[in-house]
Amino acid sequence: MSPMDERASASMRDDARRPITIIEARPGWRLYDFREAFAYRELLYVLAARDLKLRYKQTALGAAWALLQPLTMMIVLSIVFGRLAGLPSDGAPYPVFALAGLLPWTFFANVAPTAGASLVASSNIVTKVYFPRLLIPLSTAGAPLVDLAISALLLFAVMAWNGVGLRWSQLAAPFFVLGVVITALGVGVLLSALTVAYRDFRHVVPFLIQFWMFASPVAYPVSLVPTEWRWLYFLNPMAGMIDGFRHALIGSPPDISGVVISGASALAIFCLGVAYFARVERGFADIV
Amino acid sequence: MMRRGGIAIRAEGVSKLYRIGAPARAYRTLREALVDAAAAPFERLRGRARAAEADTRFWALRDVSFEIAEGEIVGVVGRNGAGKSTLLKILSRITDPTEGRATLEGRVASLLEVGTGFHPELTGRENIFLNGAILGMRRADIAKRFDAIVDFAEIERFIDTPVKHYSSGMYVRLAFAVAAHLEPDILVVDEVLAVGDARFQQKCLGKIDEVSRKGGRTVLLVSHNLAAVKSLATSGLVFDRGRLVLQGSVDDAIAAYGRLQQDGGADEAEHDWGAGAHTRIRSVEMIGDDGPTRVYLPGTPLRLRIILDTDGTPGLSVDVFLANAQRARIALWSLSHFDAMSLPAEPGCYELTIEAAPIHLASGQYCIDVATAVTMVNWDHQVYEALAFETPFSNVGGGSWDFKQSFGFGFVALPSTTPPKLARLDERRA
Repeated sequence: MSPMDERASASMRDDARRPITIIEARPGWRLYDFREAFAYRELLYVLAARDLKLRYKQTALGAAWALLQPLTMMIVLSIVFGRLAGLPSDGAPYPVFALAGLLPWTFFANVAPTAGASLVASSNIVTKVYFPRLLIPLSTAGAPLVDLAISALLLFAVMAWNGVGLRWSQLAAPFFVLGVVITALGVGVLLSALTVAYRDFRHVVPFLIQFWMFASPVAYPVSLVPTEWRWLYFLNPMAGMIDGFRHALIGSPPDISGVVISGASALAIFCLGVAYFARVERGFADIV
Repeated sequence: MMRRGGIAIRAEGVSKLYRIGAPARAYRTLREALVDAAAAPFERLRGRARAAEADTRFWALRDVSFEIAEGEIVGVVGRNGAGKSTLLKILSRITDPTEGRATLEGRVASLLEVGTGFHPELTGRENIFLNGAILGMRRADIAKRFDAIVDFAEIERFIDTPVKHYSSGMYVRLAFAVAAHLEPDILVVDEVLAVGDARFQQKCLGKIDEVSRKGGRTVLLVSHNLAAVKSLATSGLVFDRGRLVLQGSVDDAIAAYGRLQQDGGADEAEHDWGAGAHTRIRSVEMIGDDGPTRVYLPGTPLRLRIILDTDGTPGLSVDVFLANAQRARIALWSLSHFDAMSLPAEPGCYELTIEAAPIHLASGQYCIDVATAVTMVNWDHQVYEALAFETPFSNVGGGSWDFKQSFGFGFVALPSTTPPKLARLDERRA
């Protein structure tokens, strides 16, 4: 995009700067052109800011919702799994253990379905104006990220309450958050493209997310999974990311090979999602 | 220096193929995809896949090539389904062409609808930034033009009110104002001038004119409003059934478009409107004294000729709807309900000739939708705007007053069957 500031004022125009747009049929699988998406980054912020404003515009409790959801879940998990079932919690107080798993999980469970439905929900825009369509699912991560930041305050309060103090290892937590973001967006982007082509994915997604939660160490620790099956378990990127995030906060060492497998798996899912998206995006306006 | 004679838009053999059929089938359910995939090899064995495919394929644009010089304002005209909107969608990158390529030099903005992405819960201010960003403006540009946009839209007092509280006029004005302050090198506009009140429309036309003449910008404009095209455009493109039939001066283009509208010509008898499960409507014509016509004179019998195929399912009806310029249906003719007939139970191609009682239509544009139906059960093949026609002048009793549809007084004149009687009452009452 060339800056318009000089243009608007001066009648002399700089032809060399004019972008040339070539429009033609594009082949099936191709690399995604991230430069174009980057050029439109402002739109990404604007779309994310829109979602954030809308979320808090007509809610009486506003930002408190970001706290209530993980707080109630933490209480329920602590009672059911911590007390009644007596699940181990890797040596940490169970509420801390549960909340440290719930935060990344809640983010994932919010973003993946929202991103998945985002293209169909934006059909009025998709059929009327062009911009890199990838921004639509990507922008859905904005508001949940803010929620995550707010609920991190709750997490620190619960940790302090339970006597888990600040540790150097906690500096690693943001990297695991990044891994969760990549996973959620990878799944979301893939689902968004699939949902445009096959509407039944709308019904598949809630089921998928529910299933996924049981396959992730949200309520139980990784140590319950038999060692010989861990490699398979960690192919679920959320497993390594939640486990890593939790250990970084508590200050115990995570399963390094698990983190590596999950990290690679997260990247693979993201690349697959974007590649499939790029393949089918040219037809969106015709079928959405 | 501004380049003179530079080419802003070049289209080379641009074609777009759509699969038609029921619009609801555009996207598929997973089950359908799986069933189709499983059935495909067998279908191919039977050689049916191709035949079925050819049946539902439709070239919305076919081999379109042209060049548009920088700074031109080009009016794109053509009848419904001529391919104008498809061309604009391709040039604004919303959809890819199936074949060919288009090259655009400069920053492109497309305006296929005003207020794209407006959100009712957000305020006018928030929507300006949102809509501007969606249309490709940078935040800094929007901020710089913000006051001009608000001023142009005449909504200063309501700028921090959610747009859901706006009147429709305010909403449209704000949406227009953002669009009018886009300053791209190439602006692609589709029919958006059809909304808003006349005074504001004029203001917008003036703005587009100003932007293109002063800024040397290229504008591609689709409109059915020929007066707007004539006053704004410097040249024209005429499309018909997916092909570019003329590129020339705006007067030539409007004349060519007029000729296309006039002749309901023989070459136009066959359309590809797809098909229903049991029937396929092939063509719909209005018949005047000298054969097919596109002009209906009020008070004359309304004659139509419909050619259609049926698979012989018993009890199929044909319904004809007369719709006004806003596409609202105002009259019905029904084979089953009014004439107690249905299509023959013998498969084949049939010609249905209809002569309906004279109606005194107001002058203006009308169209006819035709649908076949499994009587009282469901529609089979529906063709919207199968035929467009015009009633050029409408009066009852030979006066000079033209009863126009656009007056809002109705669509049908009610002429007296016997002269009205006027009798003085006050004497009798006394």
